[in-house]
Amino acid sequence: MAESVPAADVHAHDDHGHHEQSFASKYLFSTDHKMIAMQYMFTGMAMALIGGFFAYAFRMQLAFPGMDVPFWGQVSAAEYNALVTNHGTIMIFWVAMPVLIAAFGNYLIPLMCGCDDMVFPRLNRLSYQIFLLSAVVLIASFFVEGGAFGGAWTAYPPLSAKAEYSLTPLGSTIWVIAVALEFVAFLLGGINFVTTAMNSRAEGMGMYDIPVVIWMIVIASILFMASVGPLIAGAVMLVFDQTLGTNFFDPDRGGDPILWQHLFWFFGHPEVYVVLLPALGITADIMATFSRKKIFAYKTVLYTTFATGVLSFMVWAHHQFIAGVDPRMAHVFTITTLLISIPIAELCFVYIATLYKGSITLSTPMLWALAFLGEFLIGGVTGIFLGASGADVYFHDTYFVLAHFHYTFFPIAIIGTFAGVTYWFPKMFGRMMNETLGKIHFWGTVIPFNCIFIPLFFLGMGGQHRRIYNYENFPELAGQGMQDIRIFATVSLLVMLAFQVVFFINFIMSLRSGKKAPNNPWRANTLEWQTPSPPPHGNFGSEMPKVYRGPYEYGTPGREEDFWPQNAPS
Amino acid sequence: MAMRPIATTRQVTGIPTGRLATWWVIGSEIVIFGGLLGSYLMHRLVNMQWANYAAHTNTWAGAFNTLVLLTSSLSAVLAHHAASHGDGKKAARYLWMTMGGGALFVAVKAVEWTHEIQLGYTISSNAFWAFYYTAAGLHALHVIAGVIIMGIISVACLKNEDLHRVELIGNYWHFVDLVWIFLFPLLYIAK
Repeated sequence: MAESVPAADVHAHDDHGHHEQSFASKYLFSTDHKMIAMQYMFTGMAMALIGGFFAYAFRMQLAFPGMDVPFWGQVSAAEYNALVTNHGTIMIFWVAMPVLIAAFGNYLIPLMCGCDDMVFPRLNRLSYQIFLLSAVVLIASFFVEGGAFGGAWTAYPPLSAKAEYSLTPLGSTIWVIAVALEFVAFLLGGINFVTTAMNSRAEGMGMYDIPVVIWMIVIASILFMASVGPLIAGAVMLVFDQTLGTNFFDPDRGGDPILWQHLFWFFGHPEVYVVLLPALGITADIMATFSRKKIFAYKTVLYTTFATGVLSFMVWAHHQFIAGVDPRMAHVFTITTLLISIPIAELCFVYIATLYKGSITLSTPMLWALAFLGEFLIGGVTGIFLGASGADVYFHDTYFVLAHFHYTFFPIAIIGTFAGVTYWFPKMFGRMMNETLGKIHFWGTVIPFNCIFIPLFFLGMGGQHRRIYNYENFPELAGQGMQDIRIFATVSLLVMLAFQVVFFINFIMSLRSGKKAPNNPWRANTLEWQTPSPPPHGNFGSEMPKVYRGPYEYGTPGREEDFWPQNAPS
Repeated sequence: MAMRPIATTRQVTGIPTGRLATWWVIGSEIVIFGGLLGSYLMHRLVNMQWANYAAHTNTWAGAFNTLVLLTSSLSAVLAHHAASHGDGKKAARYLWMTMGGGALFVAVKAVEWTHEIQLGYTISSNAFWAFYYTAAGLHALHVIAGVIIMGIISVACLKNEDLHRVELIGNYWHFVDLVWIFLFPLLYIAK
């Protein structure tokens, strides 16, 4: 792992006074932003393995009901619910958030802004420690009496509020506490990110010299801070309902279950953009580098992103069209939901315009970035069906919805992450990754991904409802034709999971014996590439960089090199 | 103690990093209380009988606590004034007065709640009392946290260290004050 990389070519320019660090202070209690980024990344990857394993177990049950699933055994109905619930929870809160925002944010913000650490290094460490605790708490819920929470990742009351309905007296409370702890960790991290990007940029780096990925992570952090508050209040209310016998959400005693849905989705919808924006930023930087072109309309990208952020607070009730909201209100939310596709579509056009007439290299990171664009587009277009309240009445809670949001979250959390990891791997670990293995892994992930989820759209249109343990009990859904599609999707998942082994082999082999990475293997402009790979403690040695221009000056006429580092005086 | 990273000393926006971060904290606190109070208001507007429940809250205790909290904000301002003139000892004394105000607030709250619980109005009685105890309880936790942080800062003030922190805790304390200004009419006066 990160530990095995020798910091050989580092001129131990240790401004911080401690040369010999113990293992614990270097890897466990470090305040260095790069180490904390690695902690977040490896924790996120470990959680992704758990979340992926859960998906494997419940997909096996759906394809071959009642079978003895290898490495799990018989999946009972309660276990099925717990697996589905925690698959969703883990993939969003313990994979997408920590890897895309926390790992890349921690790694890139100080490096790309040209400073040596975050503005609150110890707060940063505390943020990771709380995050790790939250992950442990969540996993612990599988080992308590009654098992883990099974009321879906949206945790709608009264199912989630009452033990006699959920049958998980401890699991559901532990679930809420884990999620709340995770929110605290990301609030601390987010404040750190925003403040660092605002206050600690290198000399000469104006607002419009900041790389797009940093802007995106900062805007995502602000969206998170502005949206999570009501759900924190809601989490307190839900825990009180579960443990103290209050009745915030209990309709029998004057409460209102729809209130939870409002609180949840007021956060839940901006949350989609919280994880989307960093992925968009990562792909923007990769596309500019591998097209050797300036990002098309840099400022428009920023304004569009602001617009997306503002609009994302006005669409939440499109999750509740059949929850009894007033049809007049549904119209309003239909309109805002369709509106938000405009800035996102605009961003897609901007990316295509960046590629247009570029000098494109189809390296592994670039392939991931292009796949992100294409796959996310499918997610966006199918979202139009669900955003229109009329169509949603039919599609709601079917596999169409499920396939739709996997076409948004998979590109974000998996494709976006692989794009970022393969792009910054040389900087993080000082070694190049193997391109052939990288491409095998790419095709072995993207093709099976489409084979899993495109069939699910058709199942959804055929009326297949979500959250059903065994379709044999539903005569109209139990036909052999539908079952064959389920088996095809599950087999595709197995193929996709098998190809992840290629990634881990590539990762470990490259760490141990990959080609030594030069400082700037992709000939990119941003500041992180102007320092040794991996960067030493303090990032830039004794002299902090000065910034003279924007991050995307590629192919400037009259220059010998086709790139122009931000810190090069001329 | 290791040397501070360069990042912690930069100030590109011209606003000190600590002040900037405190505002972001307050911003995220506003949405937490905003969500809670928004939910309360939506319920209150459609449940007319909640006015009857609210009639059992002790307006005089609430009013006294409002006075206490507002006065403690005054001494927080005076502490900031002293700190900005470099007088750490004086700042610490004013901070102790503010802490005293916070402690008195919590004490009044404890007496008030004990009385209400003895009368049978508990958090699980109905949705009004659930909101009453949750919102005021969350606020009281913020008061207690503020008092503890102020204690830590006042110790540093005695040694004339990190005097800029007095302003930061002052901002936070005004925010806690402001939340109470919303809670008091919503939970006590509107009947």
